[in-house]
This record gives sequence, structure tokens and C-alpha cells, in this order.
Amino acid sequence: MFREFTKGLFEKNPIFVLMVGLCPTLATSGSVESAFWMGIAATVVLVSSNTIISLIRDFIPKGVRIPCYIVVIASFVTMVELLMKAYLAAELNRTLGIFIPLIVVNCIILYRAEDFASKRSVPASILDGLGIGCGFLLGLLLLGVIREVLGAGTLLGYQVIPGFQPVLILILPPGAFLVIGVLMGYFNLPKKTQHLILLWIFLFPIMLIIHLSRMRSSGRAAEPVAVPETPSAAGGDAND
Amino acid sequence: MTKYFLVIISMVFVQNYVLARFLGLCPFINVSRKTDAALGMGMAVTFVMTMTSAVTWPLYFYVLELSERNVFVRLGWLELTASQPLVAVLKVSSYILVIASLVQLVEMFLRKTVPALYRALGIFLPLITTNCAIMGVALLNTTNYPGPGQLSFFGAVWQGFWAGIGFTVVMLLMSGIRERLESARVPKAMADIPIAFVCTGLMAVAFMGFTGIVR
Repeated sequence: MFREFTKGLFEKNPIFVLMVGLCPTLATSGSVESAFWMGIAATVVLVSSNTIISLIRDFIPKGVRIPCYIVVIASFVTMVELLMKAYLAAELNRTLGIFIPLIVVNCIILYRAEDFASKRSVPASILDGLGIGCGFLLGLLLLGVIREVLGAGTLLGYQVIPGFQPVLILILPPGAFLVIGVLMGYFNLPKKTQHLILLWIFLFPIMLIIHLSRMRSSGRAAEPVAVPETPSAAGGDAND
Repeated sequence: MTKYFLVIISMVFVQNYVLARFLGLCPFINVSRKTDAALGMGMAVTFVMTMTSAVTWPLYFYVLELSERNVFVRLGWLELTASQPLVAVLKVSSYILVIASLVQLVEMFLRKTVPALYRALGIFLPLITTNCAIMGVALLNTTNYPGPGQLSFFGAVWQGFWAGIGFTVVMLLMSGIRERLESARVPKAMADIPIAFVCTGLMAVAFMGFTGIVR
């Protein structure tokens, strides 16, 4: 039973493996905060619609099942939209914008309703919804962290690396496409290569910091020596 | 007149639905492998977008929104109060039902009258129901209109039509790129969809050059 939950996290990750629900992913991952709330909203809708559809699966006639699912999903989307408008900051609501009502046409929700909830028991459907929702949230957070840290130099609004010149393009629309393309390519690599790259990504800043601190300390020590050195270098140039 | 011309520039280049607003990415990535399919999808989307704008605009301003022009208020069935329960509760459900039935209607209409076009569009027509660009155009024309004031009926239809054209333009550009990519030597991990996204990113950088032409 627990597998219904865990499979959604990695091996059936909606963003990087199933590749559904990409529009809200790209649009709201400009900052970690909006990515988080988008993921929460989608998860809530997914779990509740999975529950209801699994409950009424025996009463829905086969021919009109898709409209039935859509009506169920649309009601939950309306609830979530109204709740978010009531309790979240106005600016955050503006960032999420049309993408909260657009959950209704999100492929993930309808796909899970058709593929899982309409055939399985209620507890399994709830776990499946939670798993896929959390997988979606994880993917969104990954994109959000990468784009916000590199694109704005901040994390949740706090500065991460002082004096870092942010790569502005990453929080603009083109950056979303570039980052998700590279990430998808990364997840297509063999497992061994993935780990190697990850190791390098973590090792590189550490080595850079060590290198920089060494440079600084040696620079400070060599400062009095460096001053007379310059004329001699200039003299060397003149000799040439 | 200038206003309507600026809408064209804005919808096709500056605020392109795919590259600047992230709407309709699923068909954009999955159907842009071949130029014929991309053109068919673009045509179908343009058609349904225009129709959706023409239906959802009156639906919103005459049925859902509480104002003097609301049908129910005119009939005396509803009172003009400060709260707007109909918009809040029925917007999403009514829009999606309108779009689903509209797509169904367009499908039946095309099958009877223009069978050639129907065959050309094929599977793409029913798929349009779950295309977020269509729902997006309905929302952006009514509740989520970014500019000041409101759109007129003709303004909404005009905007919907050109948004569809913008979608078609980008689909065609992308299909051209992807046909070339098929013969290119792309690393195995990046093949197909990842490299398509990277190319889209570069295209979006190019389209960002239009920013600032129109508000």
C-alpha cells in the first residue's frame, strides 16, 4: 500500500518522468515561495478529487465519465482558489495569477483520475494523490531553488551568497525553459553519471571557497613584497 | 485603430502565450515534431480560442458578474449587492464546461461541413479541451485582464484570435527547429524533449527582444 505513495515521488515524478503539468511548473517556479504554494494547491486538489472520484466510481456511467471528473475537479479548484485569495498575500496571488484556476485543465489531475482513482479503492487513491502531489511539489521546489538562488541570489527572499552577481535570465521566462531542459537531460543520464555530477556540484563551491581563502591569506602576506615587485616586472618588460 | 494593431504585436511577439506566459506547453512540446501536425494544431487552437473568447466574454459580463447588464439582475431574479457569489463559485466550472462543449460542437460541425479540415486536425481537436492556453485566454479576457479597465466584446475576440496566431507562429518555428534537430548530433540524454526545451529557451531569449515595444 505504501508503494502507492512512494512511486509518485521519483519513479513516476509528474514533472521529470511523466512530463505533465508543465505550464504551471515553469510559470510559478520563479521563486521558491510561489513554487511551494502552487505545489500545495495542486496536491490538495489532487488528493480531494482522487478521493471523491474513487468514492463515486461505481455510479459514473462510462460514456460521461470525463465530464463528471471535470466537474468534481472544478469544484475543488474553486475552493482552493477562494481559500488562497482569502489567506495568502495579494502579491503572491498576483504571481500565481491564472495558474490556480488553470489547475482544472492540468493533465496530472485528470490523468490520475482516469488512470488510478476510477479503478482503485479510496485509501489507495488518497495515497496515490499524495505521492504524485508530493512528487510535483518536489520538482517545483527543485526548479524554484535553482532559479531563485542563481537568478536572484536569494532563497525565500533572504540573500544567500553576498556579493554574488545573479544570472538574471534564470528568473525571466527563457530561464525556466533552459533550466527544465537541462534538468530533464540530467535525469535522463545513467545513475552513476548523475551521482558524479551531483558530487561535483557540491564539491566545486567548497573547493572554490578554500582556493579563494588561500588566495586572500597569501595575498595579505605577500602585500609588502608585491609592491616592489611591480616595477621589476615593468623593467622586465622594458628589457624585452 | 492603433489599439487593435498593438494587440496584434503584443499577442504574437511580446506577450506570446507560449514563450512569455507559459500557456499551452503540452501541445507545444508534444505536437511540434512535424510541421504539418504543428500547423494543424495551431489552426485548431486559433479556431477554438476565437470561439471561446466570443462565448466566455458574454458569459462573464452578462451572466456571472453582478452588474446592471447582468441578465438575472435585469429579469429581477438577483439583487445588486456588493458580493459576487456567481463569479467566485461558478467561474472555473462554467468556463471548462463551455470549452468542453464548444470543442465537441466544433468537432461535429467540422465533420459535417468541412471534412477535409476535420481529417487534417484529427486527434488534435478533442485534445484541445485540456489545453491550458484555451482556458487561459478565457481567464485573461475576463477576470484576469492585465491591463487597466475591461475589454470590449470585439476586443476580446480580437485578442483571442491573435493569441491563437501567436501560438501557431511559435509552433511552426519550433517544428522547423525540431525537424533540423532530428538529424543533428545531440547527446543521448538531451535528445528529443530536453533539447527542445533548451531551444525554446533560446527562442524565448530572442522574443524577449520585443519587450518594451508595447506596454
